[in-house]
Amino acid sequence: MALLKNSSIWIAFLVALLGLPLVFDSILAISIMNQIAIAIVFALSYNMLLGQGGMLSFGHAVYFGLGGFLSVHALILIEFETMVFSILWIPLIGGVFGLLAGVFIGSFSTHKAGTVFAMISLGIGELIAASSLIFSSFFGGEAGISGDRTFGPTFFGFDFAQNIEIYYVAAVWAFIATVFMYLFTQTPAGRMANAVRDNPERAEFIGYSSRKVRFISFCASGLFAGIAGGLFALNYEFITEENLNAATSGRVLLMAYIGGLGYFIGPIIGAVVLTLMNSLLSNYSELWMLYLGIMFLLTVMFLPRGFAGFIMMHQLAWVRGNMKMLIKPYIITGIPAVLFAACVIALIEISHTEDEVFHYLGLELNPASPITWLVLLGIAGGAFYAVKRSVLQLNDAWETANAIPKEEEA
Amino acid sequence: MLEVFIFATLNGLVTGFLLFMLASGLTLIFSMMGVLNFAHASFYMLGAYFAYSLSLYFGFWTGLIFAPIIVGVLGAMVERYGLRRVHQSGHVAELVFTFGLAFLIEESIQFFWGRDTKNYQTPELLDFPLFTLLGQEFSAYRGFMMTISVGIFIGLYYVLTKSRVGIIIQAAITHPQTVSNLGHNVPLIFMGVFGMGTALAGLAGVIAGPVLTTFPGMATVLGSIVFVIVVIGGLGSLAGAFIASLLIGLLQSYAIASDVGMPDLLNLLGVSFERGHPLNDLWTMNLPQIAPVLPYLLLVLVLIFRPTGLMGKREE
Repeated sequence: MALLKNSSIWIAFLVALLGLPLVFDSILAISIMNQIAIAIVFALSYNMLLGQGGMLSFGHAVYFGLGGFLSVHALILIEFETMVFSILWIPLIGGVFGLLAGVFIGSFSTHKAGTVFAMISLGIGELIAASSLIFSSFFGGEAGISGDRTFGPTFFGFDFAQNIEIYYVAAVWAFIATVFMYLFTQTPAGRMANAVRDNPERAEFIGYSSRKVRFISFCASGLFAGIAGGLFALNYEFITEENLNAATSGRVLLMAYIGGLGYFIGPIIGAVVLTLMNSLLSNYSELWMLYLGIMFLLTVMFLPRGFAGFIMMHQLAWVRGNMKMLIKPYIITGIPAVLFAACVIALIEISHTEDEVFHYLGLELNPASPITWLVLLGIAGGAFYAVKRSVLQLNDAWETANAIPKEEEA
Repeated sequence: MLEVFIFATLNGLVTGFLLFMLASGLTLIFSMMGVLNFAHASFYMLGAYFAYSLSLYFGFWTGLIFAPIIVGVLGAMVERYGLRRVHQSGHVAELVFTFGLAFLIEESIQFFWGRDTKNYQTPELLDFPLFTLLGQEFSAYRGFMMTISVGIFIGLYYVLTKSRVGIIIQAAITHPQTVSNLGHNVPLIFMGVFGMGTALAGLAGVIAGPVLTTFPGMATVLGSIVFVIVVIGGLGSLAGAFIASLLIGLLQSYAIASDVGMPDLLNLLGVSFERGHPLNDLWTMNLPQIAPVLPYLLLVLVLIFRPTGLMGKREE
């Protein structure tokens, strides 16, 4: 079984998830790791649609948000003792409602993939986001609704008041969800989803209804998005309209795409990178969204398969033992590239800052003086030229490292 | 009651024609490249902001002429250096690229102009009521908006169907290979159409900016509506986009102007519900309240029952 074959990877993943709080135990780190665990489940569920099923959705936050809203309502019911069960099961409630929403919406939206599907998902997303503001007794209007996770039966004495306790809950749920999503890719349904993505017509000729295959992926994706929503509800204890609108749908698309759609691990990378950027960069710069946008466009243009695709590109060179041929060219191109990026960021920041002195990488830049500008522009120009020149030798090195040896050719 | 109806119709037409200026470019670009440009409304927003900045120094009329040109040039550059590169990676990559572009443009606007609403004013020349009907005024600026958009509609129709350029464009949409063999530079035509489409969006932004307020969220407000129009009208169909624009414009305008709601309907049926019921919101909602939802409801219904849209061709 494929899972057992790679069991060392899974054990490492579980150990990493559970061991991280021992290394990073500050309050900020725990809250970031909570967000990462939620983002991983959400991004993976999105990848089930786009990466594995070829369905571009602009409304995936609907399932996340609905799962989250139902979870918060469940928390409220537990608080008032209408229902009595441990809050450990809350993500399951989110998942069930994500699944129900998926079954309902998928029943009419999975007829076609491509543009029609993308537009239906956009329409449904906007429809539900706008309706959530109208039905304020359920969705709580602009303020959203909030609950309290400390009620309900305790679990071996834990009452989940601390963030770290919720982290372990989230980590275990994230692990379970990841395992199941991986297993899904190995089932016939998951395999057929790939086939329907690549060529629906041929899949139909083999005897599979491409619509049914899409529907199954869609429902499964709704289920896991709902679980992520439930985890969100547990972590923050509140949820607002913002969690099911287009902005959240867009963010999960960014995560999955930047990470790399074609690979199972891609969305995990994307979720980690984007959550870290979100939490750490926003402390340093209020322009981090601008950088995120630039990074996203560059990824789409130059790394169409995302970060994971970039890593996997080196597989051939790795197998051939040619990686060391690439190290030197990478460094030669990498240093001016990093320098160029640093200068551009400095230019953007000093044009935006209102302080007298701008602290940047240990330097003190004076935004008012033209010399600062000229020097930065000069370095940036030089670095850009160096990158352009050195890319040629990088290309050559790439060709040699991936070239087919003579005897194999014959 | 009559004046409410007349003014709702007039305002609906103004909005409808404005929406058509965006939708026409979007649908033309779609039929050429097969990609829905998510950033289309962002170019509309850029138009409003450029015109605002120009109007501070040179007055409204300079902005009216130059802002769309700047936006069009920007759009052409995006096609040449961005989209054409991404084209190799397929349609999904192109859609995602334009989606990212919309995100980037919104962030850049906040970077250059700030997050607050800009005080972009209507020109003094048009600051008078055009006519007064049954005690209500119709501002000259709205009349001006309508004139510009109708003018664009007629001009576009004429150029596309009668002029030589328009015929080449139409041929390039259906038979790019043949047009290329005849010696026309098809990539250049694509770039030109993309530039023209974005310039039209920019022009819509210039004239809508003072009325619909110029702020960083204006692209999001209009963007998804324009999508709805293009899809309802049938992807790639100019006539469909025109009908759908007016339909959506009037629908929203009537819904906002009306004051009927569920309570009236329930009274009519003789049913009553007590307040405080969990589904209270459902019994008390009224038409102006759900006006923003109507286009999306229409979109979903059209896509389910007629996926090709009103005037769209059958999908192969």
